[in-house]
Amino acid sequence: MIAEAGLAALWLAAALALLQLGAAIAGPRVGDVRAVAVPTAVAQGVLTLFAFAMLIWLFVRTDLSVELVAANSHSMKPFIYRFSGAWGNHEGSMLLWVTVLAVAGAGLALVERRLPPETMRATLGAQAALALGFFGFLLIASNPFARLYPAPAEGQGLNPLLQDPGLAFHPPTLYLGYVGLSVAFSLAVGALITREVGPALARAMRPWVLGAWVLLTLGITAGSYWAYYELGWGGWWFWDPVENASLMPWLAATALLHSVNVLAARGGLRSWTIMLAVVAFSMSMVGTFLVRSGILTSVHSFAVDPERGSFILGLLVLYVGGALALFAARVGTVREGARFELVSREGALVANNLLLTVLLGVVFVGTLYPIFVEAATGDKISVGPPYFNAVSGPITLVLALLLFIGPLLNWRRDRRPNLRRIALPLVVTVLALAATFLADMSLLARLGLAFAAGLAVASLLPLAGRNLRRTPLATWGMVISHLGVAVALAGAASDTAFTRETLAAARPGEVLSVGPWSVRLAGVDPVAGPNWTAVEGHLVATRGGTTIRLDPQSRTFSDPPTETSEAAIRTLFDGQLYTVLGHREGERWQLRLWWKPFVTLIWLGGALIALGGALALVGRWWRGRRQRRSEEAFA
Amino acid sequence: MVLACALLTAGPLAADSNQPPSPYAYKQLEDPRQEARAKALMGELRCLVCQGQSIADSDAELAGDMRSLVRERIKAGESPDQIRAWLIERYGSWVSYAPVFGPETLFLYAAPLLLLLVGGLLAARRLKRSR
Amino acid sequence: MTRKLLLALPLLVFVLFVGAALWRLADPPSSTVASKLVGKPVPPFALKPALPTKPGFGAADLAGGQPRLVNLFASWCVPCIAEAPVLAELKARGVAIDGIAIRDTAPDITRFLSEQGDGYARIGADPNGQAQIALGASGVPESFIVDGRGIIRYHHIGAVMPQDVPEVMAEWEKVR
Repeated sequence: MIAEAGLAALWLAAALALLQLGAAIAGPRVGDVRAVAVPTAVAQGVLTLFAFAMLIWLFVRTDLSVELVAANSHSMKPFIYRFSGAWGNHEGSMLLWVTVLAVAGAGLALVERRLPPETMRATLGAQAALALGFFGFLLIASNPFARLYPAPAEGQGLNPLLQDPGLAFHPPTLYLGYVGLSVAFSLAVGALITREVGPALARAMRPWVLGAWVLLTLGITAGSYWAYYELGWGGWWFWDPVENASLMPWLAATALLHSVNVLAARGGLRSWTIMLAVVAFSMSMVGTFLVRSGILTSVHSFAVDPERGSFILGLLVLYVGGALALFAARVGTVREGARFELVSREGALVANNLLLTVLLGVVFVGTLYPIFVEAATGDKISVGPPYFNAVSGPITLVLALLLFIGPLLNWRRDRRPNLRRIALPLVVTVLALAATFLADMSLLARLGLAFAAGLAVASLLPLAGRNLRRTPLATWGMVISHLGVAVALAGAASDTAFTRETLAAARPGEVLSVGPWSVRLAGVDPVAGPNWTAVEGHLVATRGGTTIRLDPQSRTFSDPPTETSEAAIRTLFDGQLYTVLGHREGERWQLRLWWKPFVTLIWLGGALIALGGALALVGRWWRGRRQRRSEEAFA
Repeated sequence: MVLACALLTAGPLAADSNQPPSPYAYKQLEDPRQEARAKALMGELRCLVCQGQSIADSDAELAGDMRSLVRERIKAGESPDQIRAWLIERYGSWVSYAPVFGPETLFLYAAPLLLLLVGGLLAARRLKRSR
Repeated sequence: MTRKLLLALPLLVFVLFVGAALWRLADPPSSTVASKLVGKPVPPFALKPALPTKPGFGAADLAGGQPRLVNLFASWCVPCIAEAPVLAELKARGVAIDGIAIRDTAPDITRFLSEQGDGYARIGADPNGQAQIALGASGVPESFIVDGRGIIRYHHIGAVMPQDVPEVMAEWEKVR
């Protein structure tokens, strides 16, 4: 009955989406937008949330009469993975997607009060149209509640690599981000329909973009760390198509986040902001399509199915094609925004947008280029890290340099920017650059370290000379995010410049050295977990007076049969010791050891970037509330 | 959904032999300079059986054999470019993550500059008009 | 005019993307990589005998005036078991077969051949997969047809199954 209740809730929600779309098209004849659209949107959110809860319940109970549970779960799995197993598969994750979409739609309907009613009606209509397509996809092509008769005695299990606490919560975080961008998309479409593009729209859009961007940042950061410790080779970004698929919406959202501020504060960059809002969610959908259709060979293959891929492509054509066509037809009539000069806050933000968009374009072209070449000539080519690093490295450095000055400039025009204020960060940069010549490293790593040092100082400058207690939270957020960029850049450059690697086969008792550490293989023992067996190496690492123990494992899972290596990683104040136990070679065991100075800064930086976004979100919300209160007091 | 995903690399157990790996599959070259050159090249070569990982990041046996081949040839004095060309002769451009520059990849290599140019012109036009 | 074109540019890029995606969906990526050496001479390699009872061979032995089918196999390879009877049929129809045993040992190969049948005239040992890479192969089993002058004429990826026999025989007849 649980499955049937979930399915019924989905059908009902789909019907409500249809109703909401109809009401939007019918216009004011069917009454006030808030009277019709708001209740339907909220009911959709509640119903899909209910359906999703039902699916989780089925997974937790391991109800094997449901096809999806039988195919992806196992009664012997630990509780948390039975729980997260609900979205660790195609159907479940699409239900999660639809749930977030519906809940976001409900949130928009409830919260947004500033938009003109016509734009609001069109926006909710667009959101309903989006939801309707995905409801259709779920109910027609990916029903998560399908029954299996007769029920099997045991489930087939979940891929062991997905049995990881990080992975249990990484996908939902990204989904929230992807789908949060759908609201920006709907707002852009709504505004194009009514031609009402202005600061009010930007203010309505900003919290959604900010929230989605925070979650995307967290999701990508977590995903990168997961790949880092799970793949067992010390890499943290591979420019894999699936990684690129998540990076593209983030790049678009980052650009949008900055341009929406120009629109909100100065009324500028109107058509450009609309374009970015359309592109950001389009990239989320393109990413979903690339991952689900399997048209690109990726290390992260996930429930690949060309038929479902065709369905998603159909939705893409409908929504993205429709929005772009609307853009081409309508945006010419959007009034131009306020003027500004090159040397101004707007000028810096335009440069930021230009560079981010070029990076987005390059990742898009590079990811899809092999398909174009093969379609045109039949040749198979690969575009990978050498290409992406060569392009993204310099662009990132220029972006970092832009951050030295950008936040210090005035809006509209800055005739005599106070260049003395950036003297300190420039001096720090030069000193750091000189210091890098003490060690041997690549030019990009050198510049990365130097710019990171300078940016760490420069990012704090907007706070200089201000009363820190009265500085708006949004400014704190900006400063912390920009500091996060410096921190992440330092981590990435440090990993490139200073990592030491030792690969060897060692006998028990043998000592290897990696960087400043001596690592002794004390012994190797068999161990067993709930659904796996493993051999565990016992390593004793010493440096000076510090001794640490690490126990990397080589695990063998039985359902389904898979081998994984569980790296043992120890974080110290100045870096990470990363150890992996490989195969046996006679009396020896393969060991892979890395000493990675300051590598954790990469993810710490990612977390800071997200934290800054969250602060800005809270700050703006707080301020908006206070403003409304005082307005009400006046009225 | 970046990594919401199962990995193909950890394949079924039966797919591998039970033989010891190639000499330099899991062992570095003695000369750190040679090793650095080999490592850089290994990061740019595609593992042919895992599809989506470089041979530097893969546990697949063939990846191990290819790592050994790269290290042995570097040790014997071959240049990374020679080794890459030798592999491309066998597996085509597919094996190299750095696309070979040529008519097919002209747009790929021009893309960053082209995008920057178009974007820059657009932005500049907006600025001039607003002066 | 240029402004209109500019506004439609994103739509144009999107149409291109959809076109490529449709093509790819209709023609899904193959997971195999064909050797680029077809039409070129066998690259130099020399393999020691894998078994004491049979000779090994090298590239030079493949240019002996008669065509050969070179089959990469291994005792640990499951599809090779399915392929063995098909190789026996090919041998019966006059195809001369040499084997390359990938990452294998003599006792394992002996057991495999006694269980699955032995159609190989010579078997070379490739303990580290270096001949496999030299030939541009990436898996096991794979087969190459080499003509009498030592030129690779045909590359078959995966097990040769009964339905592949006509194609392989046709390629064989071409080089005889």
